[in-house]
Amino acid sequence: MTTRTSLLDERALARTLARMATEIVERAHGTEKLVLVGIQRRGVELAGRLRRLIEEAEGPGVALGKLDITLYRDDLQSIGPRPVVGETSLPNLDGKTVVIVDDVLYTGRTVRAALDECADFGRPRRILLCVLIDRGGRELPIQADIVGTALTAGPGDRVDVLVSELDERDGVELVRGAG
Amino acid sequence: MSGAPSLGKDLVGLEELGADQLRLILDTAEPFKEVSERPIKKVPALRGKTIVNLFFEASTRTRISFEFAEKRLSADTVNVATAGSSVSKGETLVDTARNLEAMRIDMVVIRHGASGAAQFLGQRIRSNVINAGDGKHEHPTQGLLDMLTLRDRFGRLEGLKVAICGDILHSRVARSNIWGLLKMGAQVGVCGPATLLPRNVHELGVTILPRIEDAIQWADALNVLRLQLERMQSGFLPSLREYNRVFGVTTERLARAPKDLLILHPGPMNRGVEIDSDVADGPHSVILPQVTNGVAVRMAVLYLLAGGSPDWAHGGPDA
Repeated sequence: MTTRTSLLDERALARTLARMATEIVERAHGTEKLVLVGIQRRGVELAGRLRRLIEEAEGPGVALGKLDITLYRDDLQSIGPRPVVGETSLPNLDGKTVVIVDDVLYTGRTVRAALDECADFGRPRRILLCVLIDRGGRELPIQADIVGTALTAGPGDRVDVLVSELDERDGVELVRGAG
Repeated sequence: MSGAPSLGKDLVGLEELGADQLRLILDTAEPFKEVSERPIKKVPALRGKTIVNLFFEASTRTRISFEFAEKRLSADTVNVATAGSSVSKGETLVDTARNLEAMRIDMVVIRHGASGAAQFLGQRIRSNVINAGDGKHEHPTQGLLDMLTLRDRFGRLEGLKVAICGDILHSRVARSNIWGLLKMGAQVGVCGPATLLPRNVHELGVTILPRIEDAIQWADALNVLRLQLERMQSGFLPSLREYNRVFGVTTERLARAPKDLLILHPGPMNRGVEIDSDVADGPHSVILPQVTNGVAVRMAVLYLLAGGSPDWAHGGPDA
């Protein structure tokens, strides 16, 4: 028995992203050395939107990258290879303030992999973590710096972040009893 | 993930694979191209895996390409070259591999002079086995890198006309190309001296192109095979100069070719025999992109085979 409830509708998601964009600029002390890095797949879409919001307020020139962490996972043995490895393309990270953007923060293993991968591309001055939803349930000592919405979801629950680029509409939904 | 194609334990040849498996390998190779362009050309995907490159025949390009692929995936590699030693087939091959397995290895990349050696080994050891060329049978990763190079340039394989030119009879590269390309919906032609065409080659569904001029007019791409010089001694060919005159891909012949004709060659080249220098280095040639793609394709194969048994492929992505 699964139930689906809305956590953020389209307008609430837009407001949340606008607040997160402001927070990113504050935390990075401007946009000069800022690099937004989205984690495949929905983190990439969110990072793109955050960049648009930041550039509307601060002017153009915010660097954007995307990261696929598939090859840095620690579970190749237990769940097998992911058939589709997405694209990774990063600008120069040396000396920059890198903001890693992802849709949902759960166990922290994706972020661990993303930190390792960033380290192989350069030496950022700082790395911040920005997530739309923090659903709790961490398995590693990792925390987000900028959070859209925090909640406590159980292991049987799933949080769906929907973006119109991929899912035809915007919103965040909690699916209880999804297994 | 359930429902997705997997490769099973070994990669022996392209004959055994379906179109969805071939597409999986080619699609997986795409992101691996980018890994070789990174400042640190390495990802940790195969960390802790031990891979033995067991080469019973001489090889430079293929062995180095596999080794780069392994190292860029962070595997630990050991090279065993037995060329020149009196290793016999069968029992000794298995003994060698079993001894290696006793040292807890995970994968074996094997090149061997006997057709069927890779399959023979794969059936007898638990490690994954990848065929890096077995006798006159198959050289699957070469076939895959040729297909990847063609797909890069034409954006598709379906409907493409590819002529394989030269010594088809003795060529494992030809066989892997024929199987792979036909499964992906390409048309395949073969062109070479009658003594070097397999007797029933048309039964595979390939077009026989009697003259190299016919191949050049018919094809979107020529895959020019290396003429193995020892074939002359065994009476298949009268002379190299005659081969070049009749079947060589020469500058003059290419002058009448369509502009976008691609020339592939698996290497090592005999310049001035099957291919002229000007052609090999000219605008039609994708010989060096083939080499670059070879590393990406081998990374994809290693990665897909290393993932363990397909039964384990359950569970969804965590966040």
